[in-house]
Amino acid sequence: MPGTEQESGVLEKAERWRDAVLNRLDAITHRLRPQRIPLRQRIMLTFSLGAFALSAFLAATTYSFTKSALIHDRERSAISQTYRHGRMVSDELSNKSVPTDILQNLGLGATGGVLVDGQTTTNHGDLVPTNIPTALQQRVTNDRIASLMVVDRAGKPSLLVGIPVPATQASYFESTDLSDIQSALRNVGRSSVAAAVVTTGLGLLLGALAARRSVRPLGDAAQAAKAIADGRLDTRLVVTEDPDLQLLATAFNDMASALQLRLERDARFASDVSHELRSPLMTLAASAEVLEARRDEIPERSQTALDLLVADVKRFQGMVEDLLEISRFDAGAIRLNPEDLMLSEFVHQCVSASSLPGAAINVSPRGESLVIHADKRRLFRVVANLLDNARFYGGAEGVTVEVSEAIGEGEPVAHAWIAVEDHGPGVPADERTLIFERFARGSSAGRRATSEGAGLGLALVDEHVRMHAGRVWVEDRLDAEPGSRFVVELPAEEIGE
Amino acid sequence: MRRPSPRVGHHGGVGTRILTVEDDERIRSAVKLALEDEGWTVEETGSGEEAVEAFHRHPADVVLIDIMLPGIDGFEVCRSIRKASDVPIVMVTARADTHDVVAGLEAGADDYMTKPFAPKELSARIRALLRRVRPTTAGHSKLVFGELEIVPDEGKVTVGPREIHLTKTEFRLLCELAQNPGRVFSREMLLDKVWGYGYFGDGRLVDVHVRRLRTKVEVDPANPRHVVTVRGLGYRLQS
Repeated sequence: MPGTEQESGVLEKAERWRDAVLNRLDAITHRLRPQRIPLRQRIMLTFSLGAFALSAFLAATTYSFTKSALIHDRERSAISQTYRHGRMVSDELSNKSVPTDILQNLGLGATGGVLVDGQTTTNHGDLVPTNIPTALQQRVTNDRIASLMVVDRAGKPSLLVGIPVPATQASYFESTDLSDIQSALRNVGRSSVAAAVVTTGLGLLLGALAARRSVRPLGDAAQAAKAIADGRLDTRLVVTEDPDLQLLATAFNDMASALQLRLERDARFASDVSHELRSPLMTLAASAEVLEARRDEIPERSQTALDLLVADVKRFQGMVEDLLEISRFDAGAIRLNPEDLMLSEFVHQCVSASSLPGAAINVSPRGESLVIHADKRRLFRVVANLLDNARFYGGAEGVTVEVSEAIGEGEPVAHAWIAVEDHGPGVPADERTLIFERFARGSSAGRRATSEGAGLGLALVDEHVRMHAGRVWVEDRLDAEPGSRFVVELPAEEIGE
Repeated sequence: MRRPSPRVGHHGGVGTRILTVEDDERIRSAVKLALEDEGWTVEETGSGEEAVEAFHRHPADVVLIDIMLPGIDGFEVCRSIRKASDVPIVMVTARADTHDVVAGLEAGADDYMTKPFAPKELSARIRALLRRVRPTTAGHSKLVFGELEIVPDEGKVTVGPREIHLTKTEFRLLCELAQNPGRVFSREMLLDKVWGYGYFGDGRLVDVHVRRLRTKVEVDPANPRHVVTVRGLGYRLQS
């Protein structure tokens, strides 16, 4: 069906297009989205920008108000003085006095004056007719309108006031120096800018303080969350008066309580289950033993069944004990009974009491003088479990136990190593953490039909070692032969000879 | 009756009577079967009251007490029997790392087992507790440590004019220490000699028994003069 094929081709193309467009849009919006600024910096930025805007506005307003007030004042006095002088000029002119004398008699001082009477132009001081812009001259002389204008004379601002001299055809111009106002304004401007800078700086500081204050509850919450994740389930936030923070703290605490309750319920359940299993197990173990004592009296088939029963009762017992132990760890109910132990003697005793009493033990020269502070019976479980594990995966042959100071440590020795090496298949790199988890067994182990442990052995090793402030890991054998090497690292002390 | 008398020729053999207290009927029956296989006579009881009554009616050679009992609990049964007798008592606890163990030992128990245990192990413990006191080194019929005097063969201990009543285990512990006056005994050594435990025995057995012993033989148990602790090493008996 070619039609359909074509149709689907078009559809496909349209879809490709649509995808391309959407991708492009995504890319653009992603680029347009402002870079995420951390909350603390955002608060600081907001504060300092706010302070800057406010201070700049204030500075500008102050400046312009000052400016207009100063200039307005000066204008008013200049205008009234010019009018006063204008009237005097008018009087003198009607007395037919000489213009030069008239200006002289006005007592202008530093102020410059220009008198235009028809074609006669007289000036006094530093004001010369060419200083007066034509526009001003025309407005006053021709239009007979009193006017004023700010002009720049040799870099100095001056106010020029021009008036038609009353009762004559003459015009009178007077200049007032504005440079004092200019320098005053410049000072005002400078201090405004300085004030703005200081205010912005203060805003930044305030912002930093506010940011710290407002971020602190978040830090507390993060710390509390971390504490809970680390197993301190009773961690709670302090509920403050602040309604906003109260919301956060209450919600956080509710969550923590719910989590704690749930974990405790789970732990209690595991503990209760194993507790309940004890009694029937006790009966089973005792009954199986009674039967075993009479093994020779029963038929062969029953003997086989009895052997199965006895073996699995033992296995079951081991599982329940492991489960109980781990649930005690979960409940935080483990109490250590530590004492000082000679490491070498301890390991020898562990090996001879384990399922591999014949395993070779190599003690380094310094290993002989190491003392650990440990709960003997619990740490025995660690060594015994590691040996069980070695026997289980690598067979009883060639399992060795090494006792030494931690390699690569400085003086004095602070850690001891107990290493168990086997000739098993080894543990793949990606499973080396996993195998210490509960019920996790290496992939190579999954195939075995007649597994012994409950898969808790190594998890218990990990828990016990951690209780002793140590750590345990698995690595390749030091001689690079196939097999694995489990190392338990424990705090230790070297005793003097 | 309260004097620990050495049982020559009777250390866990035929004729030994064991009293058990356990509220779970099936466990009781199974343990009874297993212990009877050792050739012992077992009297079973299902509650603390019953056990105390049974013991007073017919004292046993060893008592096995489960701590978790309805009615009066195992500690109470232990104290009640201990008041009247020096009989070896084994208690059964749920866990080894709780205060239950120390509380049980302080109530007068000699040893403990954690549930579920192998009956064979229990038999071994009972046999160890029934072992007679080792005969003293020849010629020493009386050991004197100041006002403390021990007559091992008679099982007699006196402090000044006063005769002291010790349990069998306390007496064995004291005798072990007295064999080598002044020598320091580590916990492991005492666990081995008195209880028959190896390296992994529970050191608290020794500690609590030493404490119990001190309350009986010391004038001031808080400042012991005879049974002395040697820090980090163990215990020693001195005059």
